[in-house]
Parts: sequence; structure tokens; C-alpha cells
Amino acid sequence: MPAAGVFSLIWLLIALPLFGAAVLLLGGRRTNSWGPYLGVLTVVGSAVLAVLMLVAMMGHPAEERSVGQTLFTWVFADGFQADMAFQLDQLSMVFVLLITIVGSLIHIYSIGYMSHDADKRKFFGYLNLFVAAMLLLVLANNYLLLYVGWEGVGLASYLLIGFWQIKPTAAAAAKKAFIINRVGDVGLSLAIMVMFVTFGSVSFSDVFSQAGEASEGTLTAIGLLLLLAACGKSAQFPLQAWLLDAMEGPTPVSALIHAATMVTAGVYLIVRSNAVFDRAVWAAGAVVLIGLITIFMGAIIGSAKDDIKKSLAGSTMSQIGYMIFAAGLGPIGYVFAIFHLLTHGVFKAGLFLGAGSVMHGMKDNVNMRRYGALRGLMIVTFVTFMAGYLAIMGIPPFAGFWSKDEIIHAAFERSWVIGAAAILGAGITGFYMTRMIAMTFFGKARWEDDVHPHESPAVMTIPLVILAIGSTFLGMALLFWGNIETWLEPVVGFSSNPTPLSSTTLMAITLVVVLIGAFIGWRQYGSKPVPVDAPSGNWLTRAARRDLYGDLVNEVVVVRPSFTLARWLTWFDSSWIDGFVNGSAAFVGGASGRLRRTQSGFARSYALSMLGGAVLIVAALVLVRLS
Amino acid sequence: MNSIAAATVDVPFTLPIVDYNAIAPILILLGAGVVSVLVEALLPRGSRRFIQLFVVFGALIAALVWLCTITGVRVVTAEGAIAIDGPALLMQGAILVLALLGALLMAERSLDPSGDVFAARASSLPGSEDEKQFTARGYLQTEVWPLFLFAVSGMVLFVSANDLLLMFVALEVMSLPLYLLAGMARRRRLLSQEAALKYFLLGAFSSAFFIYGVALVYGYAASTQLPVIASVLTAKPGQTSLALIGMALILVGLLFKVAAVPFHQWTPDVYQGAPTAVTGFMAATVKIAAFGALMRVLYVGFGGMRWDWVPMMWIIAILTMLVGSIIAISQSDIKRMLAYSSIAQAGFILVGVIAASPAGLAGALFYLIAYGFTTIGAFAVISLVRDESGEATNLSKWAGLGRRSPLVGGVFALFMLGLAGIPLTSGFIGKFSVFAAAIASGDTWLVIVAVVASLIAGFFYVRVIVVMFFTEPGPQTTSVVVPSAFTTIALAAGAAVTLVLGILPQPVLELVSNAGLFIR
Repeated sequence: MPAAGVFSLIWLLIALPLFGAAVLLLGGRRTNSWGPYLGVLTVVGSAVLAVLMLVAMMGHPAEERSVGQTLFTWVFADGFQADMAFQLDQLSMVFVLLITIVGSLIHIYSIGYMSHDADKRKFFGYLNLFVAAMLLLVLANNYLLLYVGWEGVGLASYLLIGFWQIKPTAAAAAKKAFIINRVGDVGLSLAIMVMFVTFGSVSFSDVFSQAGEASEGTLTAIGLLLLLAACGKSAQFPLQAWLLDAMEGPTPVSALIHAATMVTAGVYLIVRSNAVFDRAVWAAGAVVLIGLITIFMGAIIGSAKDDIKKSLAGSTMSQIGYMIFAAGLGPIGYVFAIFHLLTHGVFKAGLFLGAGSVMHGMKDNVNMRRYGALRGLMIVTFVTFMAGYLAIMGIPPFAGFWSKDEIIHAAFERSWVIGAAAILGAGITGFYMTRMIAMTFFGKARWEDDVHPHESPAVMTIPLVILAIGSTFLGMALLFWGNIETWLEPVVGFSSNPTPLSSTTLMAITLVVVLIGAFIGWRQYGSKPVPVDAPSGNWLTRAARRDLYGDLVNEVVVVRPSFTLARWLTWFDSSWIDGFVNGSAAFVGGASGRLRRTQSGFARSYALSMLGGAVLIVAALVLVRLS
Repeated sequence: MNSIAAATVDVPFTLPIVDYNAIAPILILLGAGVVSVLVEALLPRGSRRFIQLFVVFGALIAALVWLCTITGVRVVTAEGAIAIDGPALLMQGAILVLALLGALLMAERSLDPSGDVFAARASSLPGSEDEKQFTARGYLQTEVWPLFLFAVSGMVLFVSANDLLLMFVALEVMSLPLYLLAGMARRRRLLSQEAALKYFLLGAFSSAFFIYGVALVYGYAASTQLPVIASVLTAKPGQTSLALIGMALILVGLLFKVAAVPFHQWTPDVYQGAPTAVTGFMAATVKIAAFGALMRVLYVGFGGMRWDWVPMMWIIAILTMLVGSIIAISQSDIKRMLAYSSIAQAGFILVGVIAASPAGLAGALFYLIAYGFTTIGAFAVISLVRDESGEATNLSKWAGLGRRSPLVGGVFALFMLGLAGIPLTSGFIGKFSVFAAAIASGDTWLVIVAVVASLIAGFFYVRVIVVMFFTEPGPQTTSVVVPSAFTTIALAAGAAVTLVLGILPQPVLELVSNAGLFIR
């Protein structure tokens, strides 16, 4: 359907934050005073626009809800065409809402959080850039434009992780995130190339409509390459190592980019490409496997970290693992992958902002062993954090319950083995989240001497309250009032199979497992005093503290061989290539010195050379003729 | 031979049919030249310069405007002596625009503390008491303007001469004033006069080759008109020895003008010695005129002997590209370096000429236009870099210049990149067009040599940029003189064309493709 009415402004959704980014980043220091407010306004403007579009979209019948807008032909070269064109359908719509609304809240929160930073306009500029790129990613109607957004969010993520680049750890973390993401990006670019070779087009409509005609081998290749891309962006095994370090960025960044939106781009990519994965069984199987591995990796890492943000980052990995896992299940799972993505986006943003609020009151200390007994001093933060806590564990009626329950249900529709694994993962979630709550808000105060905890200002707590309300009610709202299955079904398809156990039984089993996990967590950290110095722990704890040796693996498998190769190439370059280049340069230089002697300055010798040339020309012509 | 005898006896004299509309630009320039001579003869000294500039710019603009009204004309006129066709009109237009820029450079008066770029009295001995007095009195050698106008008329006639005799006349009308102009530098007059004399001697020598070649060809074809020669070549393919030798000698004359190896040795001496404004003017325009005549002779007159001249031109092109590029490396004087650069560029253009296809012709035309604007701009910059003894052309005096004067340094860097053929400059598109045309014609190896020569040439172009921007300014480093509007306009036009033809070459590429071929 062509864009009419409010939908003719789809481009403005992206243009607003892009404009903000341009003004803030090009305007320099003179925007320092009013810049942050401009940054907030552009994103709020996009959010308002998005809500208007949602209302307009709901007014259309389900099959007419996909809107396209073509601005201009972007690349046109002999059979290859990519347009600067957008597609707003039910799937993009929920993403646009998530990005703009959560984005707005985090922008508002940042006004308080970043109030003392000298470079805050730069921070807001980068945030706006991120929002624009992320919106481009989800609104593009072809893979090439999606790739632009994909790289754009990667760039914004890099800039924001390294925002405090004076800290060497932040600079290193930014580089690490960028480089690991490049691995995934190569997967996406290769997938786009395979698509072009196979289908002669990279637009969603062409690729999906012709997907049935391609061989399964090709589709599997495309699927696996897309999965590689998703692994990079969404921090899935084996490209997970960057996410924990990415917590070096300011906390609002962790909330927006590394919890709520960017890291879910991989889920979007897989769900968007459902036409490919539905026909590539092996690729879909790989998606499920990767999701499962990451659920456990993230959960185990989250259980061992004492840094509140890193623990939450492990949790994010694990929860995105659930989404990837659900997306791999096919039409029975796509809808719930997105459902969980939305609820997670809200409650995890709330948890991160809550963590930021705690840090704000604790002089930016992130060590939970130095927290404790904060519930009385930070009431709003505590209550809102509890909402997020109950939501992520999946306690009814909080948001996470509905979405995670549906994923576990869908897993059982496929097989009881992966279903049981998903339930176990939920149990560990209960453990590490309870541990976090207990260490932060309960127990005895273990603060450092000069720390005086206090509640954050209203500009920070109001977003917390809003997100907490979302964490509480969003699940119900989407399921019962929003009918998320029927809403997304025209785009991603939806089907349902019978399960070996009834829904109620599954729900009950899940709840019991989660509560057992929470109980163990409480027994360890709530009812016993928490030592200020971490005990050495068992082998799993030690491994988890080192991110399950993710860095070690990278070091051995990638970094050291790369160094060896680089050394060898340097040697080859300096001895052979440079030798050849310098040698030929010396040769030419010598020739130049000799040849210039022919330029004697005497007109007679010039005339002689002309005569010689003329004789040679005549002789050569005659010789050519005779031969 | 009978036909000529009959013609003189039986046929009563009839006026030749001349399409005055088509040759009006040439006539305007020649007429203006005559007016300019009268100005010198009749008007008082004080008012001459102003009136001469008025005549020169008026004539150039009038010729250009007239040219714009006859872009569709394709005609052979003046009893077959003049051919006005697409390439001729295009080259005439390019020569006129470049001559405008050249006139701007020559009219510049605010660079030298004592005024003009030309000697006060060309007749006075260098360093003599006379010279000092003339300079002190503020005399001006305004005779340069009639010379300039005749040179330009010779060029526009040269590219449309369809008859070898007329071509010879045009060659001399073009060359003789240039010999004189080259000897009129205000500073370093001995160098300038030596250059002029060398240019004249060697030019006369090459003209002798040319006219002897014309005589031999006439002996073969009984005509000096190129189309007639071509038709005789097809009619009598067996006995072409005279024509072959004649063509070779004509080519010697023309290759001298384009500065192809081994007829190139005058170039560095003349480029260095001539006043920089004249060097820029003639480097840009003579190249176009000479290549125009060369291509007309090869394609129209001797197209039937293509398999004879292609191997020879291959060797000349390769020698020209390599010798020009290689010797340029060891030059320390920037004007001499640009002279060798112009030799190498002639070799690159020859690659397009050898392709002998519509694409090759179009590529060569584009290359000539691009090269002309870049070169005239580069010489305009050189005229700005001065110390107390005049222009500072030694490369060591340019060290760190780009840091002191970023604008001038940046513009000169643009010209160097353009000459080196770096993308986003006109030079890249020009090189690409001629190389692509040559490959399409099967001259792949020639293009490989050309690319290697471009690589070598890249060294000395980039070296200037390195010297200007990445070297610390030393005690020798000079400064840049702020020019008047004359040079500024010429410089800006050169830079703008270099950049625009690199980014948006399509309109000009279409222009050169639509110009079509030479008519017979």
C-alpha cells in the first residue's frame, strides 16, 4: 500500500533524530546548553509520530497494514537496483514504537544522568544518531538499506561505548565491540551478495517471493550467514565476548543500545527473513542451538559477576538467547520472539536505568558487594527495580511471564528436550536476579566510607516509573488487548501445535523451577551476610567470572594467529614488495639521470636528434612496407 | 598533370566559393590582428594598452559567440581548403576559451614590482643602460597583442585546414608570433632570448620537413587536399612510396609541435625561458591545435595507410610517454618539470590518436580540453610564486609553501593531481577515455605501457604536493604574491574545470562524442 496520510511522513521518523544528530555533532560546543533538550525533542517527536502511525495502522484491515514509501532510487547499476525506500508493516511498527518510546525515556533520563558531563551534547548527538540508524534498520525495505542502518547502529554503539575514551578500558571495549561486530557484518554483506546472485534483487519483497524457487542449499547458506550477522549484533555465541565489555559505556547507553534495542537487531533480522528460515531447516536448527547455548552462557555469567551492569549484561545475553531460540522455532516461535523482545526491551531498560540510579547514588561504584540495604534509601528505584525483577523472572502477572511462558510453550510444541532446557534457563534467571536484588537492596550496608546513598532526581525516576508500569502491564496488554499473535501474523506467520503437557501444567512447572532458583539465590545471598571480598568460588564461578573464557578463546583462535600472519606479511612486504618497489624506483631514477644528459642545451644537438628521428621514421615506414 | 594545364588554359577565372559564415571566427581574429597592428602604428603610446586589451578580448569573445551560433555547421569550403566540422569547431572553441585565459595571464600587471610580464623594450640588450631607462620610464611592449592575435588565428585555422598548403601557412602564422613572444620575458631575459632563438631555429627546421613532405605527397597525388590524397591512395594502392615518405616528413613537422620524442628537446628550454604567461598559453593551446592538425592528417589524408603509420606511432607514443615521465623525475625547476610533463601528456594523447576510432578521437579531444585548463592553471600558480629576482621556479623554494598559503598550495595540488590523473579530477576521466578507446581498438599493450608511465609520472606530480605540504618551510621558501582579477579569474577557471570535469564529466563527454568525426 502506498504511503498516504500520516504515513507519508515515514521518512520524518528517521529524519528528526538524524537532524538532531547533525546539529549536535556539527554545532560544536555552542550547543552544549540547549543541545540535550533538542536531542530529547527530536526523539520524542518521532515517538509521537510513531504513535499516530500506530493509531492509523490499527484503523486499517490486517492485510492493508503494510505501507511502503519510496524516496528515490539510491543505487542503480545494470540490473542491480536499491531504493531509498521504507516499509512500515506490523513488525516494523512494534520496533519503531519500542525504539522511539524507550528511546525517549532514556533520553530524558540521560538529562539527569549526564548533567555533569562536559561533552553531553556529543553524547546526545550520538544517541540521536543511534536512534536514526536503528529506525533506518527496521524501516528499510531492502537488505542493502538495512545494512546501512546495521552499520550505523554499530558505529553509534562504538562511539558510545568509547564515550569516555580517556579510560583505556572504555577505548578498548569500544574497539572490541566494533571488531567483533565486523565479523557478523561480513556475514550480512555476504548474505546480501548471495541474495543478489540468487534472486537478482535485495529487496524484501523480491527475495521473499522468490525464496521458494531457490535451492535449499542456497537458502541454508543465506540463513547461516544471516545467523552469523545476528550473532555479532545480538552478542550470541560465539561472538558474545563484546557485550560484557560494552558496559564501559554510560549506563543509559547500556540500557538503550545494549539491552533494549540494538542487540535485538539480530532477532529482527531473523524474524524478518522468516521466508528464508522457513525453507532452510538446518539453518533454523542452528538458530535454535545458538540460542540455547547463549541462554545458558549468559545466565551462568550473570550468576557470577559482582559488577551489577555486567551481571545485567549476562542476563541480556541470556534473554536474547531466548528470543533467538524462539525465532529458530519457526512460525510457532516468531511471534513470541518479538513478544519477548518487546517486554524485555521495557523491563531490561528499566533494570539498567535502575542500576544506573543506584550507581548514581553510590558514586558510580558498580560492585554489588559494596551495596546492600539500599531499599530504604532509594524507594522509587527499589520499587521500580522490583517490577523489572519480577518481570524478568516471569512471575505472573508481570510482563516477562507472558512472553517467556509462550516461548517455553512453543519449545514444547517442538520437542520436550529443548522445552526442558528452556525451563532450566528460566530457573537460573531466578537465581541470578534474586542474587542481584539481595546484594543490592537487602542485607547489611557494605558501602565504602565516603558514600552517602540518595535517591536520584525526578528526571531520572520518572522514566523508571514509566518503565516499571510497562514491566508490570505490557505483557498482558500486548497479549489480551493488543492480540500480538494476530497483529504480527500477516508478516511473520503463526501456527500452533499441540504440546505433550497442558499449558497450565507447563506454566506451573516453570513457576516452580523459577521459584526454586530464586530460593537458592536468596539462601546464598539474602539470608547470609555477603562477604565484601569475593570468595574464590568453584570452577564454574571462576570460569563465569572470566566470561566462560570467551576472551581466551578469541585470543588463542583469532588474535595470536592474526599477529603471526601480520608479522609474516610485514616481513614479506618490507623485504619483497618494498624491495621490488624501491628497486624499480632506483632503476627509473638512474634512467632519469642518464636520459637528462641528452638535454645538452645546444640547438645543434637538438636538431641532430630531430634529423635522426626523421631518418628513423622514414626508414621504419619503408621497412614495415617492405617486410 | 594534364588536368592542371587544362585548368590554367581553358577555364576562365571564377571566384572561389567561400562560406563566410562558417569561417567568420577565423576572419574576426585575423581582422582584429590587423586592427591591432594599426593601433600600434597610429595611436599614442599611453592609450595603446587599454585599446589593445579591448580589441583582444572583444575579438576573442566575438569569435566565441559567433562559434556558438554555427555549432551545427559541417562544411568543406574555400575550394576545399578549409573544413569546418565537429572536431574543428570544438577545438576552435577550446582554443578560444584557453586563449582568453592566456590573455588574462598576459595582461596581469600586479605581480612584478616594475609592472608588465613582458620586457619594456624587446629590442634593448639585457642588462644594458637602455633597458633600465625604458623600464624606469614605464614603457610597455604592447606589440605582444597583435602577435597574440595572429598566433590564435593561426591555431584556429590550423585545426580546420583541409589542404596541406593552407595547413603550412596556418602553422607559420601560429608559430612565428610564438617565437617572438617566447623571447620577451621581463626577468631573466637572456634565458628568454636563448629560448626564443632555439625555438625559432628548430621550428624552422621542422617546418622544412613538413613542407618537403607536402611536396613529396603532391608528387604522388597531384593535390595537397587531404580528401583527394585519401581517394588517390584508395585508387592507386600499389605505388605509395612517395606518399609514405611524404607522410613521414609531414608527421615529423607535426610531432615537433606536439612535443613528441624524439622531436621534444626544444620544450623544456622554451617552457622555462618564455614568460610564464606565454608558456601557459602556448602549452595549452598549441597542444590542441597541433593534435587537431595531426589527427586530421592521419585520419582524413592517410587513413588508408593506417597499417603503415600505426606501428611507427606506437613507438613514438611509448618513447614519448616514458622519456617524458622519466626525465621529469630528476628536474628541480618546476617549469622544466611541467615541460617534461607536457611531453609525457602528449604521449598519453597519442594513445588515443592511435586508437583511430570515434571513441579514441572523442577521448583525445576530452583529454586535450582537460589538459589545457589544468596546465594553464598550473602556470598561473607558478607566476604567483616569486622572490626578489622574479619567479621562484626552483622546487626547493616551494618547500612548505602549501602551509603558508593553503589556498594557492591547495589549488596547485589540485592541478598536480589532475595532471597525474587521480580520480575526481578531469585528468582521470581523460586518461580513462583514451585508454579505454585504445583497449577497444586492440592496443592493450600500449595501454599497459601508458599505465606504467602514468605511475612513474605520478611520482613527480605528487612530489610537488609533498614538498609544498609535508616539508617544513625553510629560509629559501618564498611567498605568494596576491594577483589582480586577471590572474585570479584564469586560475579559478582552470581549477573549476579541472574539478568539474572530474566530478561531472558527462556533459563534456557527450559534447566530444557528438562532435562526430572529421569530414572529408
